[in-house]
Amino acid sequence: MNVLIYLVPMALALGLTGLAAFLWSLRAGQYEDMDGAAVRVLSDDDVTPRDAAPTLRPGLRSGSIDV
Amino acid sequence: MSAAATETLDLSMFVHRRNGAAHMDLAVEDVGCAACIRKIEGGLKQIPGVVDARLNFTNRRLAVDWREEELSAAGVIAALEDIGYRAHPFQQERAETQEAQHMRWLVKCLAVAGFAAMNIMLLSVSVWSGSDMSQETRDFFHWLSALIALPAAAYAGQPFFQSAWRALRTRALNMDVPISLGVILALGMSLVESATHQPHAYFDSATMLLFFLLCGRALDHAMRRKTRAVAGNLAALKADFAHRFDGSEVVRVPAAALKPGDRLLVRPGDRVAADGVVLSGTSEIDESLVTGETERRVVATGDTIHAGAVNFSGTLTMLVTAAGTGTLLDEVERLLDRAVANKSNYVRLADRAARMYAPVVHATAALTVLGWLAAGASAHDAIVTAIAVLIITCPCALALAIPAVQVVASGALFRAGVILNSGDAIERLSEIDTVIFDKTGTLTLPEPRVDNAAAIAPDLLERVARLALSSRHPLAGAVAREARERVPFDGAIEEPGQGVRAMIDGAEARLGSAAFCGVDTAWDRGDEPGASMIAFSHAGRAVTLVVRQKLRPDAVETAAALRARGLDLIILSGDRASAVEPVAASLGITDWRGGLNPAQKIAAIDALKAQGRRVLMVGDGLNDAPALAAAHVSFSPISAADITQAHADAVFLGERLAPVLDAVAIACRARRLMQQNLWLAVIYNAVAVPVAILGFATPLIAAAAMSGSSVLVTLNALRARPPRQRAAVTAPESRGLVAAEASTA
Repeated sequence: MNVLIYLVPMALALGLTGLAAFLWSLRAGQYEDMDGAAVRVLSDDDVTPRDAAPTLRPGLRSGSIDV
Repeated sequence: MSAAATETLDLSMFVHRRNGAAHMDLAVEDVGCAACIRKIEGGLKQIPGVVDARLNFTNRRLAVDWREEELSAAGVIAALEDIGYRAHPFQQERAETQEAQHMRWLVKCLAVAGFAAMNIMLLSVSVWSGSDMSQETRDFFHWLSALIALPAAAYAGQPFFQSAWRALRTRALNMDVPISLGVILALGMSLVESATHQPHAYFDSATMLLFFLLCGRALDHAMRRKTRAVAGNLAALKADFAHRFDGSEVVRVPAAALKPGDRLLVRPGDRVAADGVVLSGTSEIDESLVTGETERRVVATGDTIHAGAVNFSGTLTMLVTAAGTGTLLDEVERLLDRAVANKSNYVRLADRAARMYAPVVHATAALTVLGWLAAGASAHDAIVTAIAVLIITCPCALALAIPAVQVVASGALFRAGVILNSGDAIERLSEIDTVIFDKTGTLTLPEPRVDNAAAIAPDLLERVARLALSSRHPLAGAVAREARERVPFDGAIEEPGQGVRAMIDGAEARLGSAAFCGVDTAWDRGDEPGASMIAFSHAGRAVTLVVRQKLRPDAVETAAALRARGLDLIILSGDRASAVEPVAASLGITDWRGGLNPAQKIAAIDALKAQGRRVLMVGDGLNDAPALAAAHVSFSPISAADITQAHADAVFLGERLAPVLDAVAIACRARRLMQQNLWLAVIYNAVAVPVAILGFATPLIAAAAMSGSSVLVTLNALRARPPRQRAAVTAPESRGLVAAEASTA
């Protein structure tokens, strides 16, 4: 059982790291705008136009997509 | 109006300096989708001078920083308008800031309690399952648990300890007293047990209890913050602006910046922004929001006018006087003070339960000690068993029973378009047996409408309404509401005091008085002084429109449904009896009174109270404010006067009256579930306590029983959501936050 001497503190340290990370994110205002975070991920501001416009095959350009 | 284009807007009261840049918070209308974020932030950042713009999509607020030498606050708002969004400067209330801080604190406590509960449970499960565990290892685990539990409880238990201490100091009992006692005793006993190498420690129970209760509290608080944010946005949207004379120049300032002694210009169509005295000019003003009277009053130099009145015809100059100097306001303030002081001290269901629960539980624990001592057990065993009784009756289920329902119910109310001002409104609302309505602005729509719209050809009505968009006159405002396409005609000219004209398809169209339009009308307002006529002529076609107060679209059905619930309906109006009678008749309400002043309204409510009735008062006028405060529970529409809204327990959005009915239904349902939950907690205790008294309550049983009962009451609370929420109808109003007001503003 001697293994517990360092396994248990390690487990606790990991847990404390998680707690500290959460408290940091709380202080940094990460939870101020939960709905915004959900929709901002859909915005492609950070994509340059060249990346954003994949070349479409001619037949697909204006047609509707079947779902 | 060319003056409007050049007039300066002074928003300095909303602007703060931060790191060398100006900062302003704005409530933005009609933010509905992800694209709006990019449009607003991207659009603003392209404007020279703007340093940063960040939209909070959750509460629809925009924070803008800009360099003042390049841009003005009014310029920021104008830029937003160009992008396509209306924004309203916003002053964060102190209460809201405090709540945000409190919320953060609760979440921190929750995180700490959660961390502690999980890690201690890990150690506890090992102890429970490790039957071949050596005593040294068990003690080691107990001491480790203590090391985690004690600091965690000292930190995360503070919300309960502080509240319990406050209650005890005033010699009262609330649910936090037994909670705090339970936690402290459990920790203390576990420490002693660990020190004496005993097998059972309750560190896990204590921290788990804190974790569960903090979950309930944080959710409750989050719900309250959400509704407050919406209320704040609506207030920003409703905030009036006034035209103030700064020397000879007229500056547009927010009403909140007005001080006694300011001189204001009140144009036709403007809402009077503050109480004061007319310095010059004569006009007719509509005081329906103040007194409920639909007939317009003629005012001239020296007359007192109140905030909330709408100027109808002439331009006035007024002097702002200190609040409370007007005769009506004086009376309202005096009655309010009395009504608030008399407000019966309502004891919440949870506190009533705590008052019964705490003595019973503590007496049981004491009897357990005595019983075991009498049976010949050692003092140590007797005390340990008694504390186990306290832990297992730990009011986990009881303390969650009511808040859990409250969270679900206020969420349901929010979706129904009702914003709660006070926490115990749901409980009080469930007890009512009588509903008193004010008439003007409550049963009727807050603004007059075109009554004969259905009788006019749709294409003609559209033309009339679009022409009306070019006029500032309040009657034209009512007509303009009929426009499907809100595009004014080019080159429309307003003739002050007469009407508005424009060239449409090569012929002149006129909207205004009958004489201005050359229309011969046989219309007679008869004995209905609140109604008005407005004429329209264009290319040989002429039409007269009758504008009057109309009932809310669903008032008749709502009244019938309320009556079907067994509630008595009464109308108490400040308007003339002749104006109240037809409304009462169409709603089938036989008990109505007109021409009441605020004191008489209170007297009527007091008389009902004396009969043992519990009254829901629904009103919007300044004259209703004391009555709202005096009633058992009160509602006001979002269009109500500010003081009135502040004294209402809840505010409802939109044009329909249905939120009142929905709220009563949701509250009654919530009440039933609260009682069910309390009974569930009682049944749980009836089973668990004998087990504990007999000394069989191991920490494992305590943990299982506690989490089981908490989950049970929480699941039951979820049923507080009405089976078919009319979300489809009312959701846009509360989801869009300000959309409902945009259409009526």
